[in-house]
Amino acid sequence: MNAATAWTEIASCPSSLENLFDTEEGRRLRTCIQCGTCAGTCPYGDTMDYPPRRMIALLRSGQIEKVFTSDSLLNCVACYACMAKCPRGIRLTDVLLPLMKEQTLAHMPELPAELQKALQNTMRYGNPMGESSRKRALWLKTAGVPIRVLPEQPGPVDLLWFVECYSAFYARGQDIARATAKVFNALGLDFAVLGNEEKCAGECGRLTWEPGLYETLIDYNMAIFAKYSFNHIVTGCPHALNAFRLRYPSYGFRYDTLHVTELLVRHLDRLKPLLKRKLNYTVTYHDSCCLGRRNSIFDEPRILLKAIPGVKLVEMTHHRENAICCGGGGGGMWLDTYYKTKGYERLSERRIKEAVEIGADVLAIACDYEFSRFEDALKVLGHDKRMVVRDITELLAESMEA
Amino acid sequence: MNILVLLKMVPDVVEELEVAPDGKSLDTEFLRLIPNEPDDHALEEALLLKERLGGKVTVLAPDAAEVDEALFTALAKGADRALKLSGADASSNTAGLALAIRQAIAATPDLQGVDLILTGTQANDDLDTLLAPVLAQLMGVPFVGIVTSVVPDAGRRMVTVQKECPKGVRAEFEMPMPAVLGIQAAEKPPRYVPVAKVRAAMKSLKIEAVEAGEPLPALPIEVIAMDKPVVSERAEMLEGSPEEVAGKVCEILTARGLL
Repeated sequence: MNAATAWTEIASCPSSLENLFDTEEGRRLRTCIQCGTCAGTCPYGDTMDYPPRRMIALLRSGQIEKVFTSDSLLNCVACYACMAKCPRGIRLTDVLLPLMKEQTLAHMPELPAELQKALQNTMRYGNPMGESSRKRALWLKTAGVPIRVLPEQPGPVDLLWFVECYSAFYARGQDIARATAKVFNALGLDFAVLGNEEKCAGECGRLTWEPGLYETLIDYNMAIFAKYSFNHIVTGCPHALNAFRLRYPSYGFRYDTLHVTELLVRHLDRLKPLLKRKLNYTVTYHDSCCLGRRNSIFDEPRILLKAIPGVKLVEMTHHRENAICCGGGGGGMWLDTYYKTKGYERLSERRIKEAVEIGADVLAIACDYEFSRFEDALKVLGHDKRMVVRDITELLAESMEA
Repeated sequence: MNILVLLKMVPDVVEELEVAPDGKSLDTEFLRLIPNEPDDHALEEALLLKERLGGKVTVLAPDAAEVDEALFTALAKGADRALKLSGADASSNTAGLALAIRQAIAATPDLQGVDLILTGTQANDDLDTLLAPVLAQLMGVPFVGIVTSVVPDAGRRMVTVQKECPKGVRAEFEMPMPAVLGIQAAEKPPRYVPVAKVRAAMKSLKIEAVEAGEPLPALPIEVIAMDKPVVSERAEMLEGSPEEVAGKVCEILTARGLL
C-alpha cells in the first residue's frame, strides 16, 4: 500500500454504501478471497460477530443490514491492521469500515454514553473533552518560550503548528505542546499557532461514525486556514495528520502537512548539536497506527530517538507494521467503559505488557492520545514504578537542557 | 397521544460566566447558551411514548440565541412540530415564561387538545423547579415533578407516573390528563442524532413562530446584585505516604468530632 499517493484516490472514494460497487474500491471488494487475514490480524477480531471478512461476504450477498444492528463496529479501533495485511489491497479502514460505522450509528438504539458525549462535545466545543473553546490557548501562558498566535499577529509564516485537542487541553498532552515549542524555538523555526481559533481536525468524526460532524469541522478549519498565509502545516497529532492527508483533500485542501517527527528529522543536522545531555534510558517506541501503518512514518521517530546521546533503543515483539494498537483510535478513546463492561482486554494493557517484557524503562510515543492510554495501563498493571511514558519531543527537550 | 415538550436555552457553565456592568445580570457578551439538559430527558420520554403509543410530539421553546439548532435537533430526533415562542424573555422570569406558554397554548389550535406537557424538572436558571408547577396552576391541571416513569392510559384519559423521593423511595401517582410533568430522567439516556440528520432537518423542515399574547407582567421580585463566588482559603493538601495521609485524615475527623 503506497500511503503517500493514496489521497487522490481517497478524494474520489465513495461516500455511501449505495454506489460502493461502482467505484474502484468496490471493484477491489469483489476480489476478496475470504482468506480471513483481516479478522485474524484485528486486535478485537475475536469479539466481533461480523469481522471484516464476514462483512464483505454479507455486502456481496446483499445482506449487509445484519451488521448495522450488531455491535461489531464498536470494537473497531481503526488501527489499519486489516488494511495493511489484506492481500487484495482492500482499503478497509479507509473506506468500508467508516461507511459501516456511519450506518451502525444510524441504526443502533443506544450509543455508549462516553462516545455520545465525546461526539456532542466535539460538535459544540471543537474538542472531545467538552472544554470551553475559549480556553484552547491557555497552555501558551505556561510554554516558557515565545509562541506567535496568528489571530493576534497575522502575516505570513512558514509553519502553521496545528496543536490539537489532547496537546491543548489534556494535562500530560500540554507537556508535549511545551516540549515541542521549546524544540521549535531552539531550532529557530518560523512557526505560529491558531490559538483559540483552532478546532479538532475531526479525524475521529469521519473515521468514527459521524460524517456530518467531520464535515462541519472541515468547513470550519478550511475557512480558518484560508485567512492566513503559511507554507506547511505541522502537527504532533497523527490523527490530525491523517485527516489532513487523507480526508481534507476532497474539500480542496492542498497544504503540505508534516508530523512533528518528520519536520524534526529534516532539521536533524541542526538538532543533533543541541542534544547535549546524555539520557541513559532504555527506550522502546510505540508505533502509532496513523503514523506507522497508515502514513509509513516508521523511521523518523526512531531516527530522533537514536540521535539522543545515551538512549538505547530496543524494539518490542510487535513493532513497525505489526505494532499493536493502543486502542484509542476510531472512537476507542471513548469506549473504555464499554469494553470494560464487555470484559475485553484493554489493548493499551496488552501493549504495556510487551514493553515491560523487553526491559525498557521508557515507552516513547509520538501521538498525543497515548499518554492517557499508556499511563493508565501502567497504573492498572502496577508497572508505573518500572516504566514511564515520554513523548519523543519531551525526550528531545530534556536532552537540550544543560 | 398528543404531547407538548417545553425546551429552553440556559447559560452554558462550561464557559466563564461574567457579571454585567449593571452588577445584577450575566454579561451577555461572553455568555453562550446551551439546551437545558433535563429538557432533553423530557423530549426523550416524549419520543419513547410516541414510539410506543403513536401520536404526535410538539416542541416549544422561547426564542434565544442558538435555539433554532436545538429545535431542529428535536425535529431530527423525531419530533413532529417545532414552535418558537417570541416575546417571552425566559431568563430570570420563570413565572412570566409560564404565563407566556399558557397564552401560546391557548392561541395554538392544535395544542388545546394536548394530553401531556413534559419539561425538564429543573434548569440551571430555575433550580426552584417553578416552571412546570406554575404552568399547571395557570392551566388548572395536575402537576408532578421529579418524574422517572410515565405510563398513560389513553382510554381512561389517566396517566400513572413515578416520582423519585428521598432515601430511594419512589411514589406512584395517578391523575387525569392533561397533566404537566417535570421529568427527572427518561427511561433511557437521550438519543444521539447524527449531525447530518440535523443539517437535513434544517433544509427540509420548518420552525413555526408563536407569539406570547400580552406583555409579561413585571416581576414581583427584583435582582439587587449578582456576584461571583468569593474565593476563600484554598483546600489543604495532605502530604506523605498513604499511611501518613490516612493518619492525618483520622486526626482531622477526630478533632471535628466526626469519628
